[in-house]
Amino acid sequence: MSRTVRVVLVVVVFACTLASGLASGQARTLKIGFVSTLSGGGAALGVDVLDAFQLALRHLGGRLGGLPAEVITVDDQSSPDVARTGVERLLRRDRVDLVTGIIFSHVLLAVGDLIFNHGTFYISPNAGPSEYAGEQCNLHFINVAWQNDNMHEAMGHYATLKNYETAFILAPNYPAGRDALTGFKRFYKGRVVSEVYTRLGQLDYSAEIAQIRAARPRAVYAFYPGAMGVNFIKQYAEAGLMQQVQLLVPGFSADADVIRAVGKPMVGVFNSSHWALELFNPINRRFVEDFRRTYGRVPTLYAAQGYDAALAIDHGLRAVGGDLSRKADFRKAILSGFDSTRGRVRFSKNGYPIQDYYLRQVVELPNGEIINRLRGTIFRNHADAYVNQCRLP
Amino acid sequence: MSASLVLEQLLNGLQFGLMLFLLSAGLTLVLGMMDVVNLAQGSLYMLGAYFAATLGAATGSFWAGVVGAVLATAVVALLLEVSVLRRVYGADHLTQVLATFALILMFNEGVRMIWGPQALLLSVPPELARPVALLPGLSYSAYRLAIIATGAVLAVALFLFIHRTRVGMWVRAGASNRRMAQAMGVPIRRVFTGVFVVGAALSAVAGALLGPIFAVQVGMGEEVLILAFVVIVIGGIGSVKGSLVGSLLVGVVDTAGRAFLPAAFGQLFPPEVASNLGPAVASVLIYFLMALVLFLRPQGLFPVRG
Repeated sequence: MSRTVRVVLVVVVFACTLASGLASGQARTLKIGFVSTLSGGGAALGVDVLDAFQLALRHLGGRLGGLPAEVITVDDQSSPDVARTGVERLLRRDRVDLVTGIIFSHVLLAVGDLIFNHGTFYISPNAGPSEYAGEQCNLHFINVAWQNDNMHEAMGHYATLKNYETAFILAPNYPAGRDALTGFKRFYKGRVVSEVYTRLGQLDYSAEIAQIRAARPRAVYAFYPGAMGVNFIKQYAEAGLMQQVQLLVPGFSADADVIRAVGKPMVGVFNSSHWALELFNPINRRFVEDFRRTYGRVPTLYAAQGYDAALAIDHGLRAVGGDLSRKADFRKAILSGFDSTRGRVRFSKNGYPIQDYYLRQVVELPNGEIINRLRGTIFRNHADAYVNQCRLP
Repeated sequence: MSASLVLEQLLNGLQFGLMLFLLSAGLTLVLGMMDVVNLAQGSLYMLGAYFAATLGAATGSFWAGVVGAVLATAVVALLLEVSVLRRVYGADHLTQVLATFALILMFNEGVRMIWGPQALLLSVPPELARPVALLPGLSYSAYRLAIIATGAVLAVALFLFIHRTRVGMWVRAGASNRRMAQAMGVPIRRVFTGVFVVGAALSAVAGALLGPIFAVQVGMGEEVLILAFVVIVIGGIGSVKGSLVGSLLVGVVDTAGRAFLPAAFGQLFPPEVASNLGPAVASVLIYFLMALVLFLRPQGLFPVRG
C-alpha cells in the first residue's frame, strides 16, 4: 500500500468518526439499557418483552419523549452475576440514561441497588419483588406491570370463590416464587395441604406430581414461568392428573408461549391476568395486530408489558421535555397515569400499579387455534399489600 | 404416606438413575482406562439431545430422531477422539481439564450459533403421552416407563458386553492396569477409541430421551456432568458395575430427598423454616451421600484398581 493511500484512508476514517460524532451531537440520543433473559429456559419471556419494546419504539417513530432512542441489550442468562457485570458496563461505559427489561426478580434484586445508587431510573416490565414495594421502595423504581403477589392473589380469590376446600401449591424457590405463594395464600380461604418450593430452573416434576397424586387435593396452584411451566403442565397432563385435580395457574403459566409448546392439554385451564388479547382499546388493538404481523406469533402478557414499558417511558419523558434530571416530575408523570395496552393505568406511591385483574380461560377456536379468552374480572382497582410500608411521599 | 406414592417415587428415581448411568458409564471407563478427565462428556449428551430434536422434526418420527442422534454423536465423538483427546492421554489432569473445558465452551458456542440461544421444548411422542395404570391407584407416564425399559436393556447389554466378551475383558483389563494389559498384547489404543465412541453414543441416548422431559438448551450438559462425576466417585472409578449402582443410588436419593424431606422437615420445624430448609437440604443430599462414601470407602463402592 502506498503512503498516499494510507494517508487518505486515515483521513477518511477520521472524517467519518467526526461526522458521526457531529450527527449524534445534533440531537441528544436517549440510551436505554435493556437487561433481559434472552437465552435458556426463560428466553421466550425476555424475547417477547424486547420484541414488543422495539415495536413500541417503531410505533413512536424511533423516539421516546421526542428524543431519538437507542436500545443497548444485555443477555443476563437469568443469572445475577452476569446481570451485575452487564449493568456495570451499561452504567459506566455506555452511560445509559435509563434501564429496563429484567424478567426474573432474583436478577433484579441483585442489580437494583447498583442502578438506584447510580441515580438511574429502572422501569420494570416484569419483575415486581415485594422487597421494592415495601420499606425498600425507591424513587428510581417503577413497575408498569404488577407487584409479584398480585396475579396470585387473584387466583387465590378465584379458588376461594369456586369453593376448592383444599389446595396443593407449588413455586420455584426464588423471591418471586415466595411472593407468588404468599399472594395466593393471602386470598385463599381453603386449606393448603402442601406448599412446595422447587429448585429454580428444575424441569422434571415427577417427584412433585407423585406427591400431588398422593395428597389428593381439590385444586393445584402452580406458579411456573417459561420452560418450567411448559414442562410442569406437560408432565401434569401426561400423568393423567388434568382430569382428576383442577389445575389453577397464573397468566404466566398459561400464555401464548406455554400454549404453543404444550398444545391441546392446555384447553380449559383457568388463569389470571392483568391484560388480555381482546381488551378493548385502540392501543391494545394496534399492539396485538402489529405484533402478530411483525413477529408472526400471538403476543403474551410479557409482550404487552414490554410495549407498556416503552409507552410509560415516553409518557414520563414528554412531561419533563426529555430532561431525566427532573426526577420527581418524571416519576410523578408516570405515577399519575399513562395510557397502556390495558387502558389508563394509575400507580401507588411505591411505583406499582393499581389495576383490574381478569380471569382468562384457554380455549380451542373452531379453526384449531388455541388461545386465551377473557372470562371475567376478579379484582377491580387492586393495589399491592405492601404500599403502606413504603415511606416515599 | 401410601405405598403407591413410595412406589411411584422409586420409579422416578429408577428412571433418573438409569439415564445417569448411560451418561456415567462412558465417563467412568474413559477415566478408569486412560486416566483422562473428559469434561466434554456433557457436551456429547447435549449434542445427542439437539441432534434428536432436529432429526426428529425432519423425519417426523421421534424414534428415528433418537437413532439418528446416537449415530451422529458417535461420529462426532470419533472425530473428537482422533483429533483432540489422543493428544492429551499422557498429559497431567490439569491439561486434560483445560483441553476438555475448552471443548465445552466451543460446543456451547457452536450450538448457540446453529440452534440459537432459546431452549427447544420437545414433546413426548404422542403414542406415549399418556398414563399407564400399573396397579389400582397407581398410573405412571408411558414415556417414563419406556425410558426405564430402554435404560435397563442398555445396562444389561453393556454388562454382558463387559463381563462376557473378549473385548469386554480387554476393557476390564485396561481399566485395572493399562500398562500390564498393553504388555499382554491388548490393543489398548483401539479399544479405547471404541470405548470412547460407545460411551458417547450412550450419552446421546440419554440426551435424546431426556430432551422431552427437560428442555434442550445450551448448558444442559454441565448440569448432568456434575451428577455423573458424583456417580463415578461413589461407584468407583473405572467400574461399570459401580457406576450402575452409583447412578441408581443418586437417582433414588435425589428423588426421595425432593419428595419426602420437605414434608419431614414440616413435622419438625415451623413452616417458614421448613419451606426454606427442605429444598435446600434436598438439593445437597447427593453430595452428603458422596462425602459419606468417600469417608467410608475412599476408592468408591466397587474399586477397580488393585
